[in-house]
This record gives sequence, C-alpha cells and structure tokens, in this order.
Amino acid sequence: MDELLQHVVNALMLGGTYALLGIGLTLIFGIMRVVNFTHGELYAFGGYMIFMCTALLGLNFYVALLVAVILGVALGAAIELLLLRPMRGADIDTTMLIMIGTWIVLQNTEQMIWGGVAKSIVPPLSTEPLVLGPVSVAWLRVFVFAAAAVLIVATYALINRTRLGKAMRATFQDRDTAALMGVNVHAINTATFALGSGLAAAAGALLGTVFVVTPTMGDLAALKAFAIVILGGLGSITGATAGGFILAFVEEMGAGYVSSGYRDAMGFLLIIVVLLFRPTGLFARAERIG
Amino acid sequence: MTRTGTRATLIAAGIALGMAANATHAQTIKIGVNEPLTGAVAASGNFVVNGAKIAADEINAKGGVLGSKIELVIEDNKSNPTEAVAAAEKLIVRDKVPVMMGAWSSTYTLAVMPKLMEYKVPMLVETSSSDKITVSGNPYIFRISPTSGMEANAFAPRVGALKIRKADFLVVNNDWGKGAADVFAKMLKSKGIAIGVVATMDASAQDLNAQLSKIRSSDADTLFVTTAVEQLTLVLKQAHALGLKRQIITTGGSQSPDQLIEQAGAAANGSYHLLFFPPWFPEASPDAARAKAFVAEWRKRGFTFAGLTEGFRGYDGIHTIVAAIAKAGKAEPEAIRKALWNTTLTGLNGKIAFTKAGPAGKESGQSIPAVYVVKIDNGKVTLFR
Repeated sequence: MDELLQHVVNALMLGGTYALLGIGLTLIFGIMRVVNFTHGELYAFGGYMIFMCTALLGLNFYVALLVAVILGVALGAAIELLLLRPMRGADIDTTMLIMIGTWIVLQNTEQMIWGGVAKSIVPPLSTEPLVLGPVSVAWLRVFVFAAAAVLIVATYALINRTRLGKAMRATFQDRDTAALMGVNVHAINTATFALGSGLAAAAGALLGTVFVVTPTMGDLAALKAFAIVILGGLGSITGATAGGFILAFVEEMGAGYVSSGYRDAMGFLLIIVVLLFRPTGLFARAERIG
Repeated sequence: MTRTGTRATLIAAGIALGMAANATHAQTIKIGVNEPLTGAVAASGNFVVNGAKIAADEINAKGGVLGSKIELVIEDNKSNPTEAVAAAEKLIVRDKVPVMMGAWSSTYTLAVMPKLMEYKVPMLVETSSSDKITVSGNPYIFRISPTSGMEANAFAPRVGALKIRKADFLVVNNDWGKGAADVFAKMLKSKGIAIGVVATMDASAQDLNAQLSKIRSSDADTLFVTTAVEQLTLVLKQAHALGLKRQIITTGGSQSPDQLIEQAGAAANGSYHLLFFPPWFPEASPDAARAKAFVAEWRKRGFTFAGLTEGFRGYDGIHTIVAAIAKAGKAEPEAIRKALWNTTLTGLNGKIAFTKAGPAGKESGQSIPAVYVVKIDNGKVTLFR
C-alpha cells in the first residue's frame, strides 16, 4: 500500500511535467500543423539557458527561470520568422524537412558550445525531502509541479479566454476567413510558435534542474511530447494535459509492477491501443482543420 | 588556355598536398581511439581520452616508439553501439590504424567485436566489464579492465565488514549492468546473503522514482547500483528524496566520487564505490611516483579532478598498446596482436599482463587488475580496506 501511494505521487509529479511538454507541442503540432521537430531542442535550450544564468552569470534561480523562458520565446519567434514564414503555404513535407534540419543544427550547436558532458543546476531549495507519512517527495519536484500547473492553466486561459487566443483559434480554423476579418495571420503564426517554444523552454529549464542538462536531453523529451499529443488528440490542451498524466501513470505503474526494463515500452503500447480504438486520440473533437 | 592552366595548377597542388599529408602520416604510428564523447555517457569517454592524450604526449616527449611519434586518431561513438561500429570501421578502413582502444561501454565493445574479426585488427578494452567480452572467442580482444566477475570476487572479502543481510540491485539495462547484477548476486548468495529486487533502468532514463519506490518497499539493507556517473547522480539524488535508507554500493569503476559529491551533495554520503584507481591516494597505486606525476599533469591541464578515476584507463591503455608496438617491432595488426600476449608493464592500476580467457584456440586476453573500495564520508573520499 505504501509502495502504491508512492507510485501514485511519483506519477503525479512526472505527469505535471509531461503535460507541460505536451501542451507546448500541441499548440504548434496540433493547431499550426507544423511537425515541430525542434520542440526537444527548445526544451534543451531552456535547460542550458537556466544553467548559463545561474552557474555562469550568477542570477537568482527564479529570475533565471524567467529569463530562460523569455529566451525560449525569442528563439521560437526567430525560427518562425526566418524559417517557417518564407515556407507558408508549402506542403507539410517541406516544412518537416526544414524542422528536421533545424533540430540537427540546434542540437549540434548546443554540443559545440557546451560540450557533451552533463551540466547540473543547483536550485535554492532544501535537498531534504517533504515527507508525508509513507510518501516522500523532493521539494524541487513539488515546485516543478506547481510551476507546471500554473503554466498549463495560464495557457488554457490564454487560448480560450483572450482575444489573442480567439484570433489563434480562428486563424488555424480558417486562415483566409480570419485574415478577411482583420486578424493579422502572420503575427498569429509567430505568436503561436513562440508561445509553444516558450513552454518547451520552461519544461526544459524545470526538468533540467531536476535531472541534468545534456545536448541530447531533448530527444527523449520530444518523443514523449509527440506521444502525449497523439494520445490526447491534436490541438487539445485538455487532451495534452490528460495525456501527460496518463502516460506518466502507465510508465510508473508499469515500471513498478510489471518490469522496469520495459518502462518506455508501456507508454507506447498504450498509444497503440488508443490509436486502434480512437484514431484521433482521446480528447480530439471532430477534425475541423482542412 | 588560362583556365586549363589554373586547373592543372590546382590539380598539381592537390596532389602535392595529398602527398605531403601522406608523408606526415608515414612518420607517425596511428592508434585508433573509439570513445563516447557525446551522449549519455560523454563525461566518462572524455576523461578516458584526456588520459590517453597525456600518455601519448608523455611517450612522444621521450621520442615515441620504433623511432616514430604516435598519433591518436580519436572517434566519437556518441554513446551508441551503432555509432561505435561505424567509428571502428572508419578507423580501420580510412585511417588504417593497426590497433585500437575502446569502446568504453560493454554494449559498444560487444557491437564492435565482429568488426575486429572481419578486419583482423586488435583492440585494447580499457573500461568494459561484461564477462561476455572475453569469453566469446574473439582473439583480437585484450582487456585491461576487470570483468564484473573479477570485481565481485575482489569485493567478496569485504562483504563481512559491511554486514549485508539482504541486497537489492538497480542496474542499467545493458550488458554491463545485467552482467554485474548476475555475478554480484551469485557471489552474495554463496555467502548466504539473500537477494531482493533486481530492477533495471534504461541508459538514458532520468526519472528513476518508479524503480526506487519499488526498492524502498523491499526489506533489504543494501542496494548495489551499476551505471555511469551521470545516471548514478540521479539515482542518489532521487533515492535521497524518496527517503531510501540503504547502504549503497556502486560497481564498475565509472562513478567519479568527486562528481557525485559535487552534484549529489548529501545524497552521496555513506555510499561505497568499487574503483580501479584511487587518485586521492596515489601512494596506494603500485607505481606511486608515476601515479603522482599523472595526477599532477591532469591538474596542470585543467581537467576536473573527478575525471581521474576514468582518465587513468586511457593512460594505462595507450601505454599498454605502445609497449606492445615496441615489442612487435612493427606497427602491423597481427604483429601487435601477437606482441600483446607477451607485453607486461606496471600501469596506474597495477600490473598489466594478459592471461588467456574464452574457448581454446581463439582466446581473448584478460589482465587481472586491482580493485579498490572507497567510501564517501561527509563529503570526503576515504579508502575502505
């Protein structure tokens, strides 16, 4: 019983970060329909930026976190403006190739600048865990969970409750009509990509602190993010959030009670099952985007 | 006319450059180095290469070998067995190295081994510990690192002092980790010690809470961990956060206790580590003067002290290879392979000499290295005897 409780808490903590990874990607992949292979690199970028700010520039951890997210937004905006905007209207394969190229360039640049050896970030939180009866969890994980929750709720509100969010939804439902209604569709594309990138950088900065920062950290993260988005349904923030938690639970319980060696396989097994019965994912509404 | 003239000049220049390049190459003896310089276990691979470079510079400063300088041709295997094979093939076919050192992880070494048979080039194994490597009948393998079985045997006399009653295992899910779990469990069982949970983790996994929670619910008092230093840091931190109160013992020699102290802090306290070179106590090394000089040179080059426990492997490896080239009298694969059998020297770890292992007629060479046990006590490394 104690073990089960601990597994549940572990899964919740992990699920929060998976959800954060998922919503960033679902905005770009799900709404913009850009197969964003750079998502994992923005994640790694966030990790390196917080390392640079705390370890090299000596900034306060929380300020560094904010700076990392802002830089992530800026890098995302730059990628959109320089690489995706000229390709607007091109077919999905062309943009996919451009994104694969960008992914490789970004990863190798990180490797060139920072080297292959893992970097570790020291957060200003107690290393003694929070103990609640049989359950024990690091304060850092609690902070990361809370930060992820705030970001998820804020993104949800932005998309569903603001004019910008409405313009985003309108643009990706029907670009031409949105443009005729006075929406600046170019700006909306840039804003959406920048927002998704900022969320990836936030996830990288938070998880880079929990774990370590390496140039290849984004590969596994991107793989999980795609899995979460497909599981939850393209373009659905609720779906990505739920998908993140479901994936975390399946992995955690699979590793705890079935076999730790097949931990990652459990998640993908689940995705196969979901896709067999609900090809659009768990939470996707009917396809609306042509 | 002018155009053809330019082209001819260019071609001539190209040929001249090519010949010049060949000429410089002819003067050096190449040694291939196949290590993970990026990816999941990059830290260790870089440390091994640092040690190898110190050895090469030391040898070249004394005039090289057979009248030629040695040249390390270093390839990155990207912490990936497929890339390790590609790197080996490139070293053999394009750089024409007569001998190689590599490939750090047992999984990469095992992947490279068929290529050694195919091209008939010997490889000195400096780190890998899977027992499988030397018993598979590959006569091109010469290993200076201990097998997990040797480590378990060397550790056996210390088991009593640690008062182990029941042990759990958390090992990386590859040839090295699973091999270590098997042989250590066998050794412990022979001493009447019970075995609890044996959990594995993917080499690139970062969240190990599921495995550690399962281990926490076992009633064992000791946890054996086998993995590289990056993942080990995460294991210690996450075990601490889960309130896992165990005696933790790590195997494999790739743990860098200083890096653990720096990155895992208090979580590393009280843990024991099986190592093959203790840089904190160079006087414990069989060639104390050389060990001190190596540590001093390492510091002088600005490498992190934590890397010495891995760096010595590259140093010993290159010295062994060069001793074999000297003995062979020529830098050719078959001559070096034969000479390795008769090569003996004292490395930083101890005496290096190859004994036969594996099926008769196609034995691999295996040296019998020394094993040291250190303990992290309040952020300091102490030698455990």
